[in-house]
Amino acid sequence: MLDEAWTLSPSVALRPEPFGALAYHFGNRKLTFLKRPELVAVVRALADHPDVRTTLEAVGVPEPQHAAYAGALRGLADSDMIRPRAQEAVA
Amino acid sequence: MTLAPVRPAAPTAAPSTRERPLGGTLVEQFELGLDAPICLTWELTYACNLECAHCLSSSGRRDPRELTTEQAEAVIDELQRMQVFYVNVGGGEPTIRPDFWHLLQYAVDHQVGVKFSTNGVRLTPENARLLASPAFGGYVDVQISLDGATAEVNDHVRGPGSYDTALTALANLQDAGFTDAKISVVCTRENIGQLDEFKALADRFGATLRLTRLRPSGRGADVWDELHPLPHQQRELYDWLVAHGEDVLTGDSFFHLAAYGESLPGLNLCGAGRVVCLIDPVGDVYACPFAIHDEFLAGNLLADGGFQKVWQTSELFLGLRAPQTGGACASCQFYDTCRGGCMAAKFFTGLPLDGPDPECVQGYGEQALVALDAAGGRQVPASSQDHSKTAPTRNQPVMLTLGRRPDTLTLPSAPPVSACAESPLAGFVPPPPQQPLPQSIPHAEQ
Repeated sequence: MLDEAWTLSPSVALRPEPFGALAYHFGNRKLTFLKRPELVAVVRALADHPDVRTTLEAVGVPEPQHAAYAGALRGLADSDMIRPRAQEAVA
Repeated sequence: MTLAPVRPAAPTAAPSTRERPLGGTLVEQFELGLDAPICLTWELTYACNLECAHCLSSSGRRDPRELTTEQAEAVIDELQRMQVFYVNVGGGEPTIRPDFWHLLQYAVDHQVGVKFSTNGVRLTPENARLLASPAFGGYVDVQISLDGATAEVNDHVRGPGSYDTALTALANLQDAGFTDAKISVVCTRENIGQLDEFKALADRFGATLRLTRLRPSGRGADVWDELHPLPHQQRELYDWLVAHGEDVLTGDSFFHLAAYGESLPGLNLCGAGRVVCLIDPVGDVYACPFAIHDEFLAGNLLADGGFQKVWQTSELFLGLRAPQTGGACASCQFYDTCRGGCMAAKFFTGLPLDGPDPECVQGYGEQALVALDAAGGRQVPASSQDHSKTAPTRNQPVMLTLGRRPDTLTLPSAPPVSACAESPLAGFVPPPPQQPLPQSIPHAEQ
């Protein structure tokens, strides 16, 4: 995942909260909580970087934590909160 | 507004400056409150065609101060700005507001999804088709209230004919192609034994079953003693919920049952003023849908500068978001699972808010109620608002049960007098005199 290009789903809205954010998917109507402000920053920045690793570095997540963040992102991908950006990668 | 002494004091710091620990569990974060509710309940009207015995908002008559269409639209606009993604709409019976379908459309068009609760009275085939149509984009949920799997049990508390109305509505939704309606059941002493029948009913209509807790709120206070599930029924309910898991919705209603052991799916915390709240038909904002009482009134969105301001700055809500100690429950080994139970259930049964829930599965609530009774009786708070109909209609439930005459009753001395006997002295036979009355004044002494 770390070398793939991802983006926030177009159907998802992020609502800032003191602990991070609440993510709501208008399509499948799932509600998810992003429990760390850093994770929120990563999710918001995914579309601006060529891959997940670069995003994590840009946001300032230390390298030893990259695997844990990749795990959290996979969880978000399972409920379509974030999507692979494969199609747009060539553009 | 005055704060009750039993409630924790509000922190003095403004919400933006108060210290907030990061990390911890989600529940711990929720207890400190959110910038906007996750889900709020909005009662659109106090008017209702029914007069359910346990109505938690004491509904019946429309309040003349009810929000106008424009005011309701402004509330939706504000919810959109606050990113409240869906609301539970209820009443009263929300569908009898003439602008109900308009407001539904307005909410959906403004990214505020709606789940509305109804007794089904307006869910005609035509309206069912509207709900299933692309106009609502699958962004509307319908929840039909049914408190008995049979007409006999349902109509006893919801009134004559209400079972048929609900089932007709469910059939209309199914015929229109509306998928996944909800059947919402308040669990009572009379229907706990029908859980499998409710599930079968839901399956028959392609619906999802939703079970919630009977609260002693509103008119529910009058019938709670005779309707709340008995301890063995609570256990039966808990086992049934554990067995059915996520297939059955509960609105996180039964977190007080978590003290039996395994937590039920859901948040397992009291969300009042922290992640949920209630907007009533006149714009009053209460801590939760089960706490329509001055004691839990945070403010009014018309008078106090809008919903966001009330939610974020009311003294009451800031107090509810302050760390709680657990009070009398703090030493109980199950406190971490049940968190002391339901605030409204305690308040309306006269129990202190920092003590056990009246239906505490460890029996502490029952002990507390017995102790209160022994000490001179429970002081149950008087209701601070009541929109019940002043004159009963034909829809009023008649909660009488037929029984045998107690054997200890002494038999009447005579059969009843015929209904046609007009004489006021009918059936009265004076006792025969012991001695014949004197005919004249005796003059013997002379």
